[in-house]
Amino acid sequence: MNRLPSLPERALVHLVLVLAVAFSLYPVLWVVATAFSGTLTPEPRALPIPQEPTLEHLREVVGATRVMPDGATQWLFGRQLLNSLVVSISTAVVGVLIAIPTAYALARFSFLGKAAGVRALLATQMFPAVASAIPLYLILDALELLNSRTGLVLCYASTSVPFAIFQLRAAFEAIPVDLEEAAMVDGATRFQAFRLVVLPVARPAIAVTALFAFMSAYNEFILAATLLDDASMFTLPVMLQRFIGEYDAQWDKFAAGALVVSLPVMALFYLVQRNLVAGLASGGVKG
Amino acid sequence: MLARLVTLFIVSFVLLVGAAARAAEPIRLWHAYRGGEEQALEEVLAEFDGAPVETLAIPYDAFGSKLAAAIPLGEGPHLFIDSHERLGDYRRRKIIAAVDDALEAGVYDAVALRAVQLDGVAWAVPLSRKSVALYVNTALVDEVPTTLEGILALQPTLPPGVYAYAYEVKKAYSHAPILHAFGGRMLDDDDGFGFRGPEAEASLRFVLELVERGAVPPNADGGLVTNLFKSGQAAFAASGPWLAADLSSELGDAVPYRVQSLPVLEATGLPMRPFLTVEGVMLSPHGALRPEVRALARHLASPAAAQVRQRLARSVTARTDVPAPADDPLLAAFAQQAELAIPMPSSPAMRATWEPADRAIGKVLRHQAEPAEALEEAQHRFDDVRRPPPPPASPWPILVLTGSFLLWGALVLVQRARAPELRERVRKSLPAYRYVAHAVLAVGVLVILPLVVGAATSLFAGPAGEVEYVGLANFFEILTARGGPLLATGSFYTVLLVTLLWTVVNITFHLGIGLVMGLLLSRPLLRLKAVYRVLLIIPWAVPSYVTALAWKGMFDQQYGAITGIILAINDLFGFTMEPIAWFSSFSTAFTANAATNIWLGFPFMMVVTIGALTAVPKDVLEAAEVDGATRWQRLTRVVLPMIRPTMMPSITLGAIWTFNMFNVVFLVSGGDPDGSTDILVSEAYRWAFTREAQYGYAAAYAVLIFVMLMLGTRLLEGTRNRWDRGGRGGSED
Repeated sequence: MNRLPSLPERALVHLVLVLAVAFSLYPVLWVVATAFSGTLTPEPRALPIPQEPTLEHLREVVGATRVMPDGATQWLFGRQLLNSLVVSISTAVVGVLIAIPTAYALARFSFLGKAAGVRALLATQMFPAVASAIPLYLILDALELLNSRTGLVLCYASTSVPFAIFQLRAAFEAIPVDLEEAAMVDGATRFQAFRLVVLPVARPAIAVTALFAFMSAYNEFILAATLLDDASMFTLPVMLQRFIGEYDAQWDKFAAGALVVSLPVMALFYLVQRNLVAGLASGGVKG
Repeated sequence: MLARLVTLFIVSFVLLVGAAARAAEPIRLWHAYRGGEEQALEEVLAEFDGAPVETLAIPYDAFGSKLAAAIPLGEGPHLFIDSHERLGDYRRRKIIAAVDDALEAGVYDAVALRAVQLDGVAWAVPLSRKSVALYVNTALVDEVPTTLEGILALQPTLPPGVYAYAYEVKKAYSHAPILHAFGGRMLDDDDGFGFRGPEAEASLRFVLELVERGAVPPNADGGLVTNLFKSGQAAFAASGPWLAADLSSELGDAVPYRVQSLPVLEATGLPMRPFLTVEGVMLSPHGALRPEVRALARHLASPAAAQVRQRLARSVTARTDVPAPADDPLLAAFAQQAELAIPMPSSPAMRATWEPADRAIGKVLRHQAEPAEALEEAQHRFDDVRRPPPPPASPWPILVLTGSFLLWGALVLVQRARAPELRERVRKSLPAYRYVAHAVLAVGVLVILPLVVGAATSLFAGPAGEVEYVGLANFFEILTARGGPLLATGSFYTVLLVTLLWTVVNITFHLGIGLVMGLLLSRPLLRLKAVYRVLLIIPWAVPSYVTALAWKGMFDQQYGAITGIILAINDLFGFTMEPIAWFSSFSTAFTANAATNIWLGFPFMMVVTIGALTAVPKDVLEAAEVDGATRWQRLTRVVLPMIRPTMMPSITLGAIWTFNMFNVVFLVSGGDPDGSTDILVSEAYRWAFTREAQYGYAAAYAVLIFVMLMLGTRLLEGTRNRWDRGGRGGSED
């Protein structure tokens, strides 16, 4: 069906992609080189190659422990990695679950207050967090959700909802209405049609939306550092921030930490993009 | 009204939950220590046999704001360890209490004791004294000259690439020893800007000459000073105990060094006196009430604890009854320097000096102003930040206005509710409401409510703790550029123009690169597709604060990777390109920021493009091909119009997020040169966090940003709908 493009064309495509990959990898490779460097001699260099390679920084970051008040030793890094994953996955699940029905309603129904609601959702993205952080703290305090992962997840999820709604609404709008109508002619209720027909077709979009929510929660540290009062509840970005002090920064350990922190996200993206391709192959869109 | 409501519920909450359940709780202690200092603290706490203690190590960046958020609610630590120079600010915000009987009488160094006192009352129990001192690389230098000029005169005798004297030349904190040696000061007795006059100007001219003679690295920050000294590229360095900690954890061959007091300035005959920071234990108001908390504070400051800190953290004690260990010359050197150091003023005004002073030094070193001129400008900046808050306004106009507005709204609602069509519409809308209810609740409580309260704070001003309602005065001040010229650097209008340019440039590149990559990666028969996709997503997968700092490092004029590339190209092709001083002019600094942000943002648009393309049915493309459309026609007339509705929300949101992209600007250029690359949101952050915590003023900026973006998106929507006649536009019903 598809003809293989000509050789020069393929070569050109790969050339462009390789250049783009070089552009996107270069700064990250500097982070990698710093993480594995035993010394950091200041001299201008073009290639990110570790100096006196060592695994020491990595070991120190990953091996971080602390002694609990009861005398037991806790593997702090493992604990914080778990926190990060739990918080970010919950955020993605909760955020997407909240956003899906709303996005569907916006795509399919017309109702009173719809236009105003959409505008309000967009408006929430415009107000910089600098002025709303302290009121948020007060609200969470009133709800007794300070210093809890639940509170953090609720904040992250609510913050991610407006964008998730926009993403999903567009995806639902792209799905032909005929699909649901056919199901409803066959005797399905509106909700069954939504759940059994629309959701499976929208799976790629849902996966990407969940990924967005996951990433924003996974990389956030200002709110996490403000809301959490217990080192065994901290998420990884908070741990990373600790390498930057008042007068000095431990760049090698910061870089090593950054590297470790980024790995799960890359793994996840790899999985989700498989899902993307699978969703595409299931071919619901063909109608 | 809102503020009163909020206060009401805070008060009742504190009364209900706060006081009642405290008695049996463990003591909470917060600190920002790492490494040896943290280890010492743990050991000291293990010896404490009072109530159980829970410690929390907080990132330094989050320390102040966390204290300010938690303590007024009766939450947060019972005691914490911080530097004395914050006492004035903390006392004003009522987040500390007098230490009372936690302080032992007659055992503290007089200077340290005075440093923790305000109006004759002690507000912290002194633990240790910190200042910078002189590090000497003993492999490069045999005999240490007694004067700074003597040290600089060694420059010609040093190997190439080695600096005589490394310090953070652009930081007012590190400039202070030189300023003091010229007889100048940062803050005068009445909390006015002291960095003026002939002494200050002479100190700047002196530093300018140091840099021009190549005796001092021109762009060093703390990390670079450390690395220069560690790698033997600096014969002397002015740095604090943290450098020693870094050197002792060195993996390979350590640099042989010793520490001594900073030298004398020959020009004046005065010693270089650094700023002294006294670290102490501070008690929160609710902590100070508990005797066992005060007992812990005494324990932390005890002679035994001081010895542990000497051994593990190598910090200079503030006590006079604990002798320095005889076998630790490093500790002895820092103790000697501490005797000579000048305690940093603890008044809130001190914190307002740093930003103007740093900028003035930078401007002089870039040859963009004479010292006198730069310092005069700094004084204006300082006075601008320290200006008195606007007079309180009567709250009646806004109360009457809000009241009548609510009344009018209620009347209209009642009237319309009577109309049968409306009831019919509500009834028809009910099924949809079931789908949206939980989103309305979540976004309403945790996003919109904080936002409305935040917006309301823009009507208030004054130092934290004594906030008054001032009406629209904050907005008036911003929009009139606080009485200065409307298009001066840092005025609302200039910053708005920079922000607009920033947004347009970024979105253009994000969309351009994102579309091309998305289209290429969606080619059906592309090999290695999965590999490319994952590699191209990486800029977005690594936390942005990490990569923003990596980019900043790459843009370093002297040692950055871009300079490395330029030199490598010069070598390979025999060119003679000069390294670029990225942060010395607006255009290059703006380019550096934009390059970083374009790099960070294009993967998002790429993923959105790929997502949108999956929804384009293949048969549509095939049909177009059969109809004989060329590729370009297929792209511009079929594919792009089809993916546009899916992408439009992401583009709009991308533009909004870029408009408010604070991270990159703050971390990469930091506003350099001279605040010219700041955008509105980073300006707002500065008012909230570095300029005396003027939250009301920052909130007014936030409201203005909000209004700009509302107008902007409305305008765009209007144009789009006009363009879309006949198309499937106007989906925004």
